[in-house]
Amino acid sequence: MATYKSVETRYLEEREELFRGLRNLDRRSFLKVSAAAVGAAAGLAAPHSFTPVTVAQEEDAASEGPASEGPGGESFRFAYISDSHLYERHVNDRFVRGLLRGVDDVNRLDPQPDFVVYGGDLAQLGQVKELELGAEILKNLKAPLKIMVGEHDWYLDMGQKWQELFGEPTYSFDHKGVHFVVLNSVVEKDFWTDRNLTPMQRMRTVAGLDNGLQSSFTVGEPQRKWLEEDLADLPDDARVIVFSHSPLYKLYKPWNFWTDDAEEVQAILQRFKQVTVIHGHTHQLLTNRIGNIHFHGLLSTAWPWPYAPEGMPELTIEMSRPDPFSATDGCGDGEVQVHPDGLVDKVYSLWNRNPITVSRTYMASMGKQDVPPIPNRPSY
Amino acid sequence: MNQTLTRYHTPCALVGILCLFLIAGLAGCGPETGSRESAPAIATEDDQQPTTPASPELVSETETVDLTSCDGEQTVTVDQSLTGKHLADALMDQWQRDHPGRDWVAEEKQAHAFKPPADNSGLLEGDQGEGQAYGNYTKQDILIWARETEKLVAEGSRIFHSGDELGSTVGVSCDMCHPHASNTHPETYPKFQTQLGRVALLRDMIDWCVENPVRGAHMDLDGPKMRALEAYIMAQRKGVAMDYGKH
Repeated sequence: MATYKSVETRYLEEREELFRGLRNLDRRSFLKVSAAAVGAAAGLAAPHSFTPVTVAQEEDAASEGPASEGPGGESFRFAYISDSHLYERHVNDRFVRGLLRGVDDVNRLDPQPDFVVYGGDLAQLGQVKELELGAEILKNLKAPLKIMVGEHDWYLDMGQKWQELFGEPTYSFDHKGVHFVVLNSVVEKDFWTDRNLTPMQRMRTVAGLDNGLQSSFTVGEPQRKWLEEDLADLPDDARVIVFSHSPLYKLYKPWNFWTDDAEEVQAILQRFKQVTVIHGHTHQLLTNRIGNIHFHGLLSTAWPWPYAPEGMPELTIEMSRPDPFSATDGCGDGEVQVHPDGLVDKVYSLWNRNPITVSRTYMASMGKQDVPPIPNRPSY
Repeated sequence: MNQTLTRYHTPCALVGILCLFLIAGLAGCGPETGSRESAPAIATEDDQQPTTPASPELVSETETVDLTSCDGEQTVTVDQSLTGKHLADALMDQWQRDHPGRDWVAEEKQAHAFKPPADNSGLLEGDQGEGQAYGNYTKQDILIWARETEKLVAEGSRIFHSGDELGSTVGVSCDMCHPHASNTHPETYPKFQTQLGRVALLRDMIDWCVENPVRGAHMDLDGPKMRALEAYIMAQRKGVAMDYGKH
């Protein structure tokens, strides 16, 4: 008995078949097949609908596998999702769908990443139901979750609900020889008491990226002290990766693309051979290097931010202007490949575009080698 | 006994500053009924506060006067011997204390740092006019221009940053994608908007954004909100060269 299959079903089956086949290919034949596949798919759907990015990444990851374990340690991979800015589902389902898509993307990775880091701003207005919804969705991740806190999660109840769900915002852990540190970098000094703001007014003030009534982000003295102690026993050649919501450097103060005590934090990290800082908050491709510290931004699943009008770090490959007519353009998630030397390849898996990898060699050579393809349109 | 020192009946639709100016003017003219020299009044009961908002009253106590504004809400106790001007000032001070949001333009400016309008004070230098009114400017003209223009921009900034004002059904406001109106490039309009398949003005794109990502209702293209939004967005690109049609 013949079963009727719709165009979509047949397409999805073919796609599935193609991906299964691809996993067994070497790079050369992979490129051939993927080019053919994109051509074949062009008539059925937009070419970006199945960019064979995960396959390419998997291949890279596989070739770096146990065989390339160097003196520094093991190579491994983790994934990231960030800045979902959830409202409750009945208020805004677009942002909820964004996070669901991020979780699906990560769950589809094969092999699975060692863990998933969530970059903060899970909620939009820090409300109990927003945070609970976020936690519920993140429970669907197959890989373990590591999470940092963002200002949108914090300033309604000063982190009460977030901590109830996820624990302390400041912690560290070791994974395959790498020391990971998670900081709460969105500590603002009290601007609300004098102004007599209600918790929701305080939250809304902080939630406005261009709201100048709030203070600047800091890590703050107690956490800096904690950081010093946490790192005290590590040798100078230790592999260290720091997670913070805001960039741990000073980019653009009016939007809090900024950490006010960045220099103090950097000074603590100074003695290490190299350190990687992964941060959320900026919703865009953002790359910087200050001495031994490499900084990588994360994409948002909710919306992209425009670039700050000044102070763009030299190493940043500016994403071209997102299409306002596409709700997901400029959004995405991604992966981080950690190498034995402690440096990372940062993959921006843009949902509507080809993925962009900012490699460790690009960073190490100060942008001279392995330059990622530079978008040919302005970023505005 | 409540002694009314001054009573005036004003169609006081506008509560507040306008009303207080009237107090300043009329209080200075002296009381219509009663007299400050009359016998000291017995302490006023709270529940005997004036109930008619349109009738500000001065109520005398031994050495002081309770002065209530025409909205029936602001009351201030001042020394009896003060002149009308001082009484009005005292009431104005009280009103300002009770209305911390009175200076919403300054607050909007502090919160969202929109750009100031051009400084026209140069026009006051040198000779004024050439035998006609046009071109004859005073300091007051310059201040009015700046204040009124800035107020429209401030109103635009307020709407731009408020999902409620924009009528968003999904909690989204313009600033969530366009902090400080960045990436709005008003100087490039009119231009052929590829996705719409026609030439668009800035206001067409504002309307599109409000209808789509913001999930609000279609805006009146000549309505006050559109005018304010346009003013704010243009103001933020101050100094950028016009370049219509640019993609």
